[in-house]
Amino acid sequence: MSAALPAGRRGLPRKVPRKYVPVLVTAGLFAAMLVAGGLRYRGFADGQVVLNVFVDNAFLLVVAVGMTFVILTGGIDLSVGSVVALSTMISATLLTGHGWPAPAVIVLVLAIGAALGLAMGAIIHHFEIQPFIVTLAGMFLARGLCYTIGTESIPITDGTFTALAQTKVRLGGGLWVSPSVVVALVVVLAAAYVLHHTRLGRDVYAVGGGEQSALLMGLPVARTKIAVYTISGFCSALGGVLLSFYMLSGYGLHAVGMELDAIAAVVIGGTLLTGGSGYLLGTVLGVLVLGLIQTIISFEGTLSSWWTKIFIGLLLFAFILLQRLISARRG
Amino acid sequence: MAVPPPILRISGIGKEFPGVKALDGVDFRLLPGEVHALMGENGAGKSTLIKVLTGVYGIDAGEIELDGRPVAFSGPQAARQAGISTVYQEVNLCANLSVAENIFIGREPRRFGRIRWKEVRRRAAELLAGLDLDVDVTLPLSSYSLAVQQMVAIARAVAVEARVLILDEPTSSLDASEVAQLFRVMRRLKEQGIAILFVSHFLDQIYEISDRMTILRNGRLVGEYATAELSQVELVAKMIGRELADLEELGARPPARGGAPLVEARELGRPGAIEPFTLTIREGEVVGLAGLLGSGRTEIARLLFGADHAGTGSVSVAGRTAGLRTPRAAMGHGIAFCSENRRAEGLVPGLTVRENLILALQAARGWARPLPRRRQDELVAKYVAALNIRPADPEQLIGNLSGGNQQKVLLARWLILEPRLLILDEPTRGIDVGAKAEIQRLVAELSDGGMAVLYISAELEEVLRLSHKVGVLRDRRLVAELENDAGLTTEVLMETIASGARS
Repeated sequence: MSAALPAGRRGLPRKVPRKYVPVLVTAGLFAAMLVAGGLRYRGFADGQVVLNVFVDNAFLLVVAVGMTFVILTGGIDLSVGSVVALSTMISATLLTGHGWPAPAVIVLVLAIGAALGLAMGAIIHHFEIQPFIVTLAGMFLARGLCYTIGTESIPITDGTFTALAQTKVRLGGGLWVSPSVVVALVVVLAAAYVLHHTRLGRDVYAVGGGEQSALLMGLPVARTKIAVYTISGFCSALGGVLLSFYMLSGYGLHAVGMELDAIAAVVIGGTLLTGGSGYLLGTVLGVLVLGLIQTIISFEGTLSSWWTKIFIGLLLFAFILLQRLISARRG
Repeated sequence: MAVPPPILRISGIGKEFPGVKALDGVDFRLLPGEVHALMGENGAGKSTLIKVLTGVYGIDAGEIELDGRPVAFSGPQAARQAGISTVYQEVNLCANLSVAENIFIGREPRRFGRIRWKEVRRRAAELLAGLDLDVDVTLPLSSYSLAVQQMVAIARAVAVEARVLILDEPTSSLDASEVAQLFRVMRRLKEQGIAILFVSHFLDQIYEISDRMTILRNGRLVGEYATAELSQVELVAKMIGRELADLEELGARPPARGGAPLVEARELGRPGAIEPFTLTIREGEVVGLAGLLGSGRTEIARLLFGADHAGTGSVSVAGRTAGLRTPRAAMGHGIAFCSENRRAEGLVPGLTVRENLILALQAARGWARPLPRRRQDELVAKYVAALNIRPADPEQLIGNLSGGNQQKVLLARWLILEPRLLILDEPTRGIDVGAKAEIQRLVAELSDGGMAVLYISAELEEVLRLSHKVGVLRDRRLVAELENDAGLTTEVLMETIASGARS
């Protein structure tokens, strides 16, 4: 892999700035996987197969968008998987156990997720504690809270949720996506707009490029850092709502390890873990690559699902090496 | 000629840190359209004064007036909004962002919250063109040299209504033509009525660009002078508060003595870093290395210290072949290396002077055999006194010391080991005249005592003053080895560097 990469870079037109290389590599990888799958498996080269990757991973996409903000500042958020689970749990218990209306539940869940993120961001900034530790604590806290609500899976029978789970947004030609995909894409577009066309977004990149410099340039570092964790918390809660649509249940064991999938997607998408460099498009591609690996393995039929993990692991290694190579050249 | 009212006036400023009185009753004024040099040794309070002016530190006493109105800055942003912008020695910009963005981030022109990128790029390009800079503002800042980054930082500083521009050691990493470019920019800004506060250790630059100067010593005001009316000798005397005899004392080095060869490098090289070179360093000899930045000076030092692996050649120490594959192995042979990058590679800012001092000795003993506290105190007291480290408090955090004193602590760290060869890479860069003279005198004493020294410095005068022998580097090649006799002058050295041949 590492031997093939420099050759790939040489093959690129000279005009491609180096900062786009990781995203292009991921895009190339995704295209190659599509082509390979199409050649190898009957029925793979179907638009719906790609769309199903979106359908099955809409919640992960939303969570990964929040994670992208955090990683761009050079931070990390380990709490996202637990916040997703907590969101499914709160949704299920309020809908099924207490008969709350769906819109109220969704608003409350999103507010709780954002508040958790806000709290973690404030602690990280004001007490100057490593994001790793603070969000690790948040991870245990949110996961634990799930079990105070209930230890069993709670089914969701609410009309709005089941309708959203079963609705197909037809795209013509027999192709369809779920409403969750629409939500996820709206989130991606909104996030891309924020990152590239607003001060908050540019401050996120600046903080990732050098927190001390950003501070001396008079940028609102505190506000930015707290904002990214709030955004991540909000996205996790929204991911949780989408997962509730997908699963139609709330359960404390939902989304175990999703924080790692989200981090993997962001890194495979070419965002530097040290912060300051990366694109949301990369994250989208990263989620698609992860989803496509699962699809290929299910098409293969004979491979167990843990092969997914093995491939993700190998990919992560390759992409971290690539990042290292690129940043080494820069230095 | 009537003096215009000052833009900025401070009076009776006091600032104390735990155990250190950094500023004590300092007065200072800055007039519009002048370049004002702030002078003083390291630890005199220059940095503290700048941080007070830029709102990084609050003040314990005194007041600051801007345009005749008293002000108090709550932070860097407040100072900037009041019209005081600062460019630091290290370029504090975000290298991952584009040039245009670095100039405008935080105050991008917007419409309905959306950044108007075209406008950002157009205005950035105009601004840089106004400073005679031809750069593509859409490229990331990291694709330009430090000098350009510095100018971008200045462009950012003056992009809004800056009234006062503070330049803290902007020239320390620039070469001569880059300094000239910076000075052109400074003169242009001065014409626009901006008051510039300039800090530099290079006296020639101070005399070239500044109109007036304020001198500090030990946190107190020495005085305010017109540059044209104060000679360099008087200036230095006022800064260090003693007569210049100390500086002159060193004079010419005695001729090299025929000590036994200590370290002999034969065809030692590392592809891509330094061409194979042959160099002999004798006991009690100071060998200077001269050459431009990036000519391979540091690479030689790193090879001899085992910090990099040699690709070719061999080294022998005291006549026996030595495999210097790691710094630990080199230390075992009595080689010590004081690196040029003292902040990143040498100091541990969170530890005290004592802890920093004994680090290398403790490492050499191994962590299983801690150095007894009493022995530590003895050693530290001895070296703090010998090197005149100020403040002479071993339990002070090293981060609170000035640059010159930090450098002395680093030196002491290696001296405790009593090395046979001491490699010094730019030991006097960025430190003041007084500390510089002390370090130079120390090097001379050490070599008189039989220690071999490899001395790397960008300042040719310094190399000439100290060395018995000078190795000249050019384009990663050791091109000449010159005995430091009466015929060797800085001109000869410069010619050798320029021509790449023995003259």
